[in-house]
Amino acid sequence: MAATIDRTRGALHPLNAVLLAGATSLFLVALLSDIAYFRSFEIQWNNLSSWLLAGGLVIAGFAFLCAIIDLFRTRWRVWPGLVYAVLVLVTWILGFIDALYHARDAWATMPTSLVLSVIVVVLACVALAIAFAGLRAGGAS
Amino acid sequence: MNRLNLLATVALAALLASCSGGSAPSPEQYGANPELPAPQRGLMPNMTISKPAPWGDKMPVVPQGYAIKAIATDLRIPRQTLVLPNGDILVAEGSGGNAPKLKPKDVIAGYIKAMGKSSVKGGNRLTLLRDADGDGTYELKTVFAKDLNAPYGLALVGNTLYVADQDVLLKFHYTVGQTHADGAPVKVTDLPSRINHHWTKALAASADGRYLYVGIGSNSNITERGMTAEVDRARIWQVDAQTGMHRPYATGVRNPTALAIQPGTGTLWAVVNERDEIGPNLVPDYLTSIRDGGFYGWPWSYWGQHVDTRAQPQDPEKVASAIVPDYSLGSHVAALGVAFSSPAMGVKFADGVFVGEHGSWNRADPVGYKVVFIPFRNGHPAGDPIDFVTGFLGDDGLARGRPVGVTVDPRGALIVADDLSNTVWRVTPATPVAAPPATMPATPATTSGAAPAASAGKAKM
Repeated sequence: MAATIDRTRGALHPLNAVLLAGATSLFLVALLSDIAYFRSFEIQWNNLSSWLLAGGLVIAGFAFLCAIIDLFRTRWRVWPGLVYAVLVLVTWILGFIDALYHARDAWATMPTSLVLSVIVVVLACVALAIAFAGLRAGGAS
Repeated sequence: MNRLNLLATVALAALLASCSGGSAPSPEQYGANPELPAPQRGLMPNMTISKPAPWGDKMPVVPQGYAIKAIATDLRIPRQTLVLPNGDILVAEGSGGNAPKLKPKDVIAGYIKAMGKSSVKGGNRLTLLRDADGDGTYELKTVFAKDLNAPYGLALVGNTLYVADQDVLLKFHYTVGQTHADGAPVKVTDLPSRINHHWTKALAASADGRYLYVGIGSNSNITERGMTAEVDRARIWQVDAQTGMHRPYATGVRNPTALAIQPGTGTLWAVVNERDEIGPNLVPDYLTSIRDGGFYGWPWSYWGQHVDTRAQPQDPEKVASAIVPDYSLGSHVAALGVAFSSPAMGVKFADGVFVGEHGSWNRADPVGYKVVFIPFRNGHPAGDPIDFVTGFLGDDGLARGRPVGVTVDPRGALIVADDLSNTVWRVTPATPVAAPPATMPATPATTSGAAPAASAGKAKM
């Protein structure tokens, strides 16, 4: 018995979820790392966050690309696809601004970078929820 | 405009350009009480790289009554010079630093900054220039010593030539007239060299030759490599020339890029490069006399008690003890050379110091890119800087040279090292000044002529 995915009710292509989940995990660790820096002044946490964000942005960039392709593939008829694409874009832009804040020296990154990291993680999670909500595991045919 | 106007990151620059800090007209920031605006920082740091260009038929500009000549070209990153007792000139050539790239930003910024520098590889050597017949043409150019490691500071005490590599203080035996080092140098002491963000080791010898002062720059702009990286950094060491033992002579000095002993008083002076990324008009680089045991603010504060919140945890006690520097040279000018003048330089430039300004890179309107003269009265700076050598940055926005070390030849000349066009320039009064009797008592040890032991260290890179 193989589970199939019913895409007739407006589900997104699973690649969207895979990519965004990957990016979200990096954004989440970046946030934890920001918190560690905020509490300890230990600069290495700050450096770690910078790279995690950069990595997250690369993957999230592909996720956005995927979302756009999906939009055209479904001929814009699937509303979660549109909401999802917009959310990924906003996540990416705020993530990029967060990365610029992380490029500041030492404590100049704080507290804005921490706040932005929280927003980025929340937005990414909402986008993920939308991406997965459309998916329904179907039974065997 | 040919100038490459680059923001720190290429992606989305257009989208975010409106958010970055604008270039406010710069207030006059010279002297003892510079105007200090509130710290500011846009999403993108301001970066304006002046693109290099060859001199062609252009020349640096000097005041009326003075002449300038290139006395050596095709060098390999000349930084500091030393005039020897017989008039020979030693040139330290090299480029150091091995700071790892810790953030994505370091990768991008390193690439952008490299666009404003010479592509020539550092020579790691000392070159000797000689003008045997005194006609102003230095016909001999020969390698005095090689296989050094980013040599920078130079000082001569009697028959001992001291050279500050980026990681060690060395000494050579020197006899007047020598054109090649006798042999391998002897180590005086190791110098802090881990990371070496600011790698240049400025050097000056005390008037009596007993001590050597070594300028050691910080390992970061503002502690972004962590405080553990700053052990033994951002300070000036006093090294016993005999034993190699050292003690911190002054601390909190972010990047003391050039040191000089004031003739007559024997006081140690320094030019210091201050911190970046809090605005185009912060923080002024400065010229100051150095107090034994003094603390000059870095990283917790600047210009005395102006707290820099980027350095955490803060240290209010240290901030309270921070000394206000003597004289502001202006923000981001990147002073890399300092030398006390002598009457042989002409009446107008007889009493004061020359300062070599490498020029800014993190400011919308470039500043520096010239050699200025700070007039002194009664042993202290008095008055605004006077341009002495300009034209390194053209009206077209192209950089043809970047001054580093400056040295006064007691015969009446200013020697300027230029690490962009890899040239050593010599500025002389068009009609030689009849040397009047020295206004200051002569200094004892035969250090480097009029400026007993001028030398230096490099910029914020």
